[in-house]
Amino acid sequence: MAQDLTVTILFYVFAALSVISAFLVITSRHPVRAVVALVFTFIFAACTWLLLEVEYLALLLIVVYIGAVMVLFMFVIMMLDINVEFNRAGFVKHWPVAFVVTILVIALLVSVVGPSHFGLGVVAAPKPLPADYSSIKALGTALFSGYLYPFILSAVILLAAMIAGITLTFRGRRPGVRAQVPAEQIRVQPKDRLKVVKMKSEAKKS
Amino acid sequence: MISLSHYLILGAILFALGLGGIIFNRKNLIVLLMSAELLLLAVNTNFVAFSRYMHHVSGEVFVFFILTVAAAEAAIGLAILVVLFRNRRSIDIEALDQLKG
Repeated sequence: MAQDLTVTILFYVFAALSVISAFLVITSRHPVRAVVALVFTFIFAACTWLLLEVEYLALLLIVVYIGAVMVLFMFVIMMLDINVEFNRAGFVKHWPVAFVVTILVIALLVSVVGPSHFGLGVVAAPKPLPADYSSIKALGTALFSGYLYPFILSAVILLAAMIAGITLTFRGRRPGVRAQVPAEQIRVQPKDRLKVVKMKSEAKKS
Repeated sequence: MISLSHYLILGAILFALGLGGIIFNRKNLIVLLMSAELLLLAVNTNFVAFSRYMHHVSGEVFVFFILTVAAAEAAIGLAILVVLFRNRRSIDIEALDQLKG
């Protein structure tokens, strides 16, 4: 029972912290602060996932999102040199609409997923997993058997994203920059570079 | 004891905050992309919770795929953002009115 109480308290703490930092993401004035708030949102969301005993996905969320995607956001903000002190006219104009939509969506969704539909009486809480249960093993077994083709397709998606990212931002080779051109290196023939000179041997002057 | 609806309500609040952020921010395209990440996080939370409470591992596999697609989406979105900034010197959404929409 004491363990249940601890889990409940931890869930409420992490959920409240993730909601607060998600709120800071959408209201912060400076994009760097928004990125940092989003990092904390992901960390606290991963903590709530840990309470569900899905350790691998929680750590994957931290590694992939915070380690890769958020760093990418940070790099783009650093490269763009955007004007930080932009005016707040757009914020003031739109905040009532945003507020009403947010409240409406929360009310609508909570009325659908509330305790009367998904409470403990309807869906029982899962039993704690045994100590030798490996979540990464269960996930890998499902991923490499029933979901093998979607897994390969996701690799294709990543390849497409990589090609799109490079082709969108690559501006061609700038003139004046020395670089290797492999095609020309392969195409070169010995006769272009090497000249054999025939000449008589010269007698040694005595 | 934490029930399934606790997690679903957390997901709903995060989703609504992401949606509100898309309406709220008309000045900065980067914050808009971050709001889209919040939406995906909310959906992932729902998937994980359902997977655990329904005793089925498929939900976790879908979280894996959503993470992949979200990473691809962030990479392409930020690349488009960089190209946009090179051409327009601004990432103000309300300045993007060339199509007269």
